[in-house]
Amino acid sequence: MSRHLGVRIAIVAVVVAVSLWYLYPFGKTINLGLDLQGGIHLVLGVDVDKALETHVERAGDTVRAELQKKGIAVSRTERRGVGDLVVQLASGQNWDVALQTVGDVLPAFDRKEADQGAGRITLALKPREANEIKTLAVRQGLETIRNRIDQFGVSEASIQQQGENRILVQLPGVQDPARAKALIGKTALLEFKLVDDKVDPETALRTGVPEGDEILYQRRVDKQTKEERRVPFVVQKKAYVTGRDVSGARVSIDQNTSEPYVSVDFNANGARAFGDLTEANVGRRLAIVLDGNIHSAPQIRERIPSGRAQITGGFTTEEATDLAIVLRAGALPAPVQVLEERTVGPSLGADSIRQGIVAILASTALVFLFMLVYYRLSGFIADVALGLNLLLLLATMAGFHATLTLPGIAGIALTIGMAVDTNILIFERIREELRAGKTVRGAIDAGFSRAFKTVIDTHVTVLVSGLILFQFGTGPVKGFAVTLMIGIAASLFTAVFFTRLLFDLIYMGRHKLESLSI
Amino acid sequence: MAMFELFHDPNYDFIGRRKWAYIISLLFILTGLGSMVAKGGLRYGIDFSGGTLLQVRFDKPVPVDLIRRALETVKMGESVIQEFGDTREYLLRLPLGAVSPEEVNKQALAALAKEPGLGAPEVRRVEFVGPQVGRDLQIQAIYAVLWSMAGILVYIALRFDMLGGLASVAAIVHDVLICLSAMSLTNREMSLPILAALLTIIGYSVNDTIVAYDRVRENRTRGSRRKGESFATQINTAINQTLSRTVLTALTVFFTTAVLYVFGGKVLEDMAFVLTVGVVTGTFSTVYIAGSLIVDWQGWWQRWQAKKKKKVVAKA
Repeated sequence: MSRHLGVRIAIVAVVVAVSLWYLYPFGKTINLGLDLQGGIHLVLGVDVDKALETHVERAGDTVRAELQKKGIAVSRTERRGVGDLVVQLASGQNWDVALQTVGDVLPAFDRKEADQGAGRITLALKPREANEIKTLAVRQGLETIRNRIDQFGVSEASIQQQGENRILVQLPGVQDPARAKALIGKTALLEFKLVDDKVDPETALRTGVPEGDEILYQRRVDKQTKEERRVPFVVQKKAYVTGRDVSGARVSIDQNTSEPYVSVDFNANGARAFGDLTEANVGRRLAIVLDGNIHSAPQIRERIPSGRAQITGGFTTEEATDLAIVLRAGALPAPVQVLEERTVGPSLGADSIRQGIVAILASTALVFLFMLVYYRLSGFIADVALGLNLLLLLATMAGFHATLTLPGIAGIALTIGMAVDTNILIFERIREELRAGKTVRGAIDAGFSRAFKTVIDTHVTVLVSGLILFQFGTGPVKGFAVTLMIGIAASLFTAVFFTRLLFDLIYMGRHKLESLSI
Repeated sequence: MAMFELFHDPNYDFIGRRKWAYIISLLFILTGLGSMVAKGGLRYGIDFSGGTLLQVRFDKPVPVDLIRRALETVKMGESVIQEFGDTREYLLRLPLGAVSPEEVNKQALAALAKEPGLGAPEVRRVEFVGPQVGRDLQIQAIYAVLWSMAGILVYIALRFDMLGGLASVAAIVHDVLICLSAMSLTNREMSLPILAALLTIIGYSVNDTIVAYDRVRENRTRGSRRKGESFATQINTAINQTLSRTVLTALTVFFTTAVLYVFGGKVLEDMAFVLTVGVVTGTFSTVYIAGSLIVDWQGWWQRWQAKKKKKVVAKA
């Protein structure tokens, strides 16, 4: 073991060089967790059932149109539960044609029940299709959110799928968490719906809405009193143009009122639909609905052929900017809900870093001093090894792009205490061998080789719990497991291999070796 | 050769005094369990129970009563207000309500801003954990603890024997119970970092036990055991021989966790507390519990075997 000094020195030199290379430039190579640099950690749950419901309702519209094209009257289509669709025909006439058409138009559905006497066909979404829709909803949601965040301009944001239908969003260094959250979580379903002027909203609230209509509200804020009112409107359920047909959106300032508004451009399809809609309904009011809330309901004065619409509604510049972003990035295919949030302000992060550094320095100093006093020169060797351990720990983190979190700092502090344990085990063993009357050289040899097995044992148990913690943990706690495991693993190299090398360098060269500073 | 020694050739009768160790441990754990029962169970932080946590800092020191009064005006149910570091900074824990967490935050902050004498605070940290996530984490936490114990049981059983594995796990359960008792007595909440601390203790406290076991085995194979030496004596000798190691290794870790507790900041305080308690009890359980349990177990087993043999003889 005491041979090959040159090779061993070379190995240590290479390790140190590689470590320094990974750590250069200093202070910039270690990723700081959100709890240290400040930022938002969000876990969003995608409401996949909602995506299914929308899909089923849309299928209902399609099949109704197709049946009517073939001259079969449909009295209504209706979604039942999450994935069932009921098609109610006016009569049982042309039954076979109807069944044929339904089968052709909706291959994604199984026929569950067909009652000719009642003229009713019940369909169920195939489980495989349902799964596909769910998967797609999550993936599209993720893409949409990524798109929005890119446009919002957060550098080093991380957006990942977590489990089956959760999305993990991590935004470092965001100054206005509430705004970022609103931007991410907004479904942003834009719809243009006609206002049903034949019905008075107040009456409809009392007696119920006519078939095919619904009541939506507009939020109005009184500029003086800041009081909020919700004004009801009766609108047609059918959306003539939606956010899918939007090709662009940007913020403009109204020349007269100097209020910001969002100007929306439609694609060719949307422009045609919008042109047709405005032409056929001059004089009526068109409600601009975002996520079920009416933003404004201007009167259509003339046909609008340009494929451009304006959304006004008393926005602040910030709100208008964010609305333009979400309209450009598109709607989420299904609503999302915040399941977990951890936001740390930049000031707390800075405090944590400062306290963490103090804690690490203080514990290093204490352990350093203790080893020096208790084991003298050998203690000093262990201290040098401890320094190398910290270097390796940080370099490995930089090399693997691991994230340093606040509990991770605790992990580093703990590593300092545990890494010297290996040296203590070895040194105590050497002392014991000396007491038993071994020569210094023999004691060193025996100490290292006998303690080695024990050292491995102790490392394995800590690594076992570290691994389980890593598997289980989220964000910050994972950072703790990472630093602890790397530190413990590195101590095998530093406290055994490197310490032994230093011992050999100092003691083995001497011809007469009578005492050991331990 | 001069050496700085904590213990010089120690020869304490640890095993002989094990009854006292059992009594002390049991008393502490019973006190802890009693306080848990009195407080209606171990307190769970929002990581496990769900809810919203706000860490706010005011421009100037403010009394807690003002904050309580302000929060009462919005009637969001039972919220916990806790001073955090000094009287400028507070932790507000708001329960899961009917409204969204966004809304809860907004209402709480608005109420604080409205209260004269408080003023709008700086929001330093927001944590929200939904009920579903909290439940998931609870289950995962239990699994994590069980898996790491199982992992250690298997490892020790393979390296040494089943008896040693079981005794180590018993010592680990003892350490975890002591930590939980200490948490309950000092009013600390179970949170994710604390779970991390407990898992670390599980992995660490068994270390010294391994060192002692290793020594028992080594003494046997080297034949340094005097003839007719009882199992209890063997264990006691091993513990004494490794005593300085056990105490010194724990001491360095204790240094770092204690420093972390004092200087690491409020956020890490609870974690550092549990680590510190765990290191101390881990050492205690190595010296007194793990070895003692094996001795008692062995004695019980021998008596049982002897009884069985007698029965067989009687039958014949």
